[in-house]
Amino acid sequence: MTDYRRAYRPAERRLVGGVATGVAEHLGVPVLYVRIAFIVATWFQGVGIIAYLLLWRFLPLQRPDLSPGLESATRRGLRSGSRTGPTEVAQTVALGALGIGVLLLIQATGRGINDGLFGPLLVAVVGVAVVWRQLDDATWSRWMRQTSGWAFASRVAAGIGLVAVAALYLLTKEGGWGAALNLASALVIAVLGVGLILGPWIARLSGDLSQERRERVRSQERADVAAHLHDSVLQTLALLQKNAGDAAAVATLARRQERELRDWLYGNDEQAGDSLVAALRASAAEVEDTHHVPVEVIAVGDAPLDADVSALVRAAREAMVNAAKHAGADRIDVYAEAGGQQAQVFVRDRGAGFDLSAIADDRMGVRGSIIARIERHGGTATIRSEPGGGTEVAMSIPLRTPGPNPPDAAAPPTTETAEVPEPSEVSEVSEEGRVP
Amino acid sequence: MTTLRVVIVDDHAMFRTGVRAEIDGPVDIVAEADDVDSAIAVITEAKPEVVLLDVHMPGGGGLEVMRRLHTRHPEIKFLALSVSDAAEDVIGIIRAGARGYVTKNISGPELLDAIGRVAAGDAVFSPRLAGFVLDAFAGTIEIAQVDEDLDRLTEREREVMRLIARGYAYKEVAKELFISIKTVETHVSSVLRKLQLSSRHELTRWANDRRLI
Repeated sequence: MTDYRRAYRPAERRLVGGVATGVAEHLGVPVLYVRIAFIVATWFQGVGIIAYLLLWRFLPLQRPDLSPGLESATRRGLRSGSRTGPTEVAQTVALGALGIGVLLLIQATGRGINDGLFGPLLVAVVGVAVVWRQLDDATWSRWMRQTSGWAFASRVAAGIGLVAVAALYLLTKEGGWGAALNLASALVIAVLGVGLILGPWIARLSGDLSQERRERVRSQERADVAAHLHDSVLQTLALLQKNAGDAAAVATLARRQERELRDWLYGNDEQAGDSLVAALRASAAEVEDTHHVPVEVIAVGDAPLDADVSALVRAAREAMVNAAKHAGADRIDVYAEAGGQQAQVFVRDRGAGFDLSAIADDRMGVRGSIIARIERHGGTATIRSEPGGGTEVAMSIPLRTPGPNPPDAAAPPTTETAEVPEPSEVSEVSEEGRVP
Repeated sequence: MTTLRVVIVDDHAMFRTGVRAEIDGPVDIVAEADDVDSAIAVITEAKPEVVLLDVHMPGGGGLEVMRRLHTRHPEIKFLALSVSDAAEDVIGIIRAGARGYVTKNISGPELLDAIGRVAAGDAVFSPRLAGFVLDAFAGTIEIAQVDEDLDRLTEREREVMRLIARGYAYKEVAKELFISIKTVETHVSSVLRKLQLSSRHELTRWANDRRLI
């Protein structure tokens, strides 16, 4: 995998162009340092400003990649995205003022940029910044649908400002370097100003076409998804009406539908492929459906699904089935933590509980399919239970392939597949016996 | 103990009615609101002890309400409620000042318990929020020596979070760790404070990037 990190300008967290924030995130340093670096660099012949403008032009703007549910919530204004705080704004303004002060001081000593160029250049930089910010926002506003009026007005104002500067430059410098040179430079600036007024508009026209095409494809996709969604929800609602008398069935149906919808809308973050968390969630969903007990899975970190981790998942599944069948609890909590050297899974219920020492010998299901299985894979499993106090099964195995996502973990060769029963078989394993 | 005054802010009328039916009586539901602007007006006027705040609603969501009210009325406690479980929004609203987060399928007695806890100045962590917190602060223990205190959890806080994520109630956590419930509450409040004050850019980044990992 040649997946290298790219730098972006985060669209939702920028003050001017998002360059400093983007660079800071890419380098992993506080954004304040980056801002100071840009300002200090500007004292040396404006290098900082030039670098900033170049990065602004060439770093792509990145919008947050949201799940469908969040994106829709954002579009309808049901949530407000992360915003730069007032302290950060104040800090940056103060920093900017300081920077400009020092710049003017350097200018006053005569070591800075040529005096004749300094004023127009400063105005031009500010004008360009304003216009580019609007250019960024032109596409941004399609998403937010808010700033178009202001954007238009300030863009025109910026362009006109530049033209006015050009005119002033011409008038005040009359007879200085020679009218011809003045006229030429004034014309260049004037053309630049006009270009800045019209440029974004022209760019937007051409951008609109491809944007529209993309929008059309997207709306079709969304319609398909919506249809699919409505099908599944409508099906469930129909089933609910049919089973209205059966409270347990209604609860299970509602719960399953909720899980499906939630997965789709707010996308759980596990990989589509095989991982500890994905497998655990799948097992929990199955147990929930078969035994009508809600199973809540909380996961921290994840691990690829190799033979050991699969064993852990199957043992956890056993524990869930046991809890659902025998404990009579109204909820099962599953907590998984993976990372570094080991993966742990805890399955807990607040049900009947049992005296482990009294019935340990005839509970071969627990011994064989949970404790022995985990121990065969080099891990440890402990069961804590007391009558009336619920049960907790704690399982832990060492990870052979540490790290969340080693490149070759996609399809690990499972040498022990022969020993592994199919999931449908497993659901009955807990009964008794079946010591491999 | 006087009855707690509570305001419900949620854009789903059905949910408001349901909550009212479940908890009105033990607590006094003084007002309801269904969007950001009306929430601000109602809360400023009613000055409740606790606000049940939906994460997603018209006008910018619960986060916007927190931003506009929290600094002006720090004495009003907010308990976030949501159906979405989107990490970025949950962490966002906690960082804006909410004292806890629970999902909407919480039972009536549990919700009452959570309201009482929040009103008393404690924090309410659901197992899911504890999971998010562990995830967000993960991996900083190894580089503990370079980080500030605020940027990492102590081993004890981590243990408490882990037990909450495992489905333990505060009382059970206390029993498990041989500490008092008050100490558990102190640990949880301290985690909440770290979550709110930590300037770790990784924390915000984590919430933003979580879906891209």
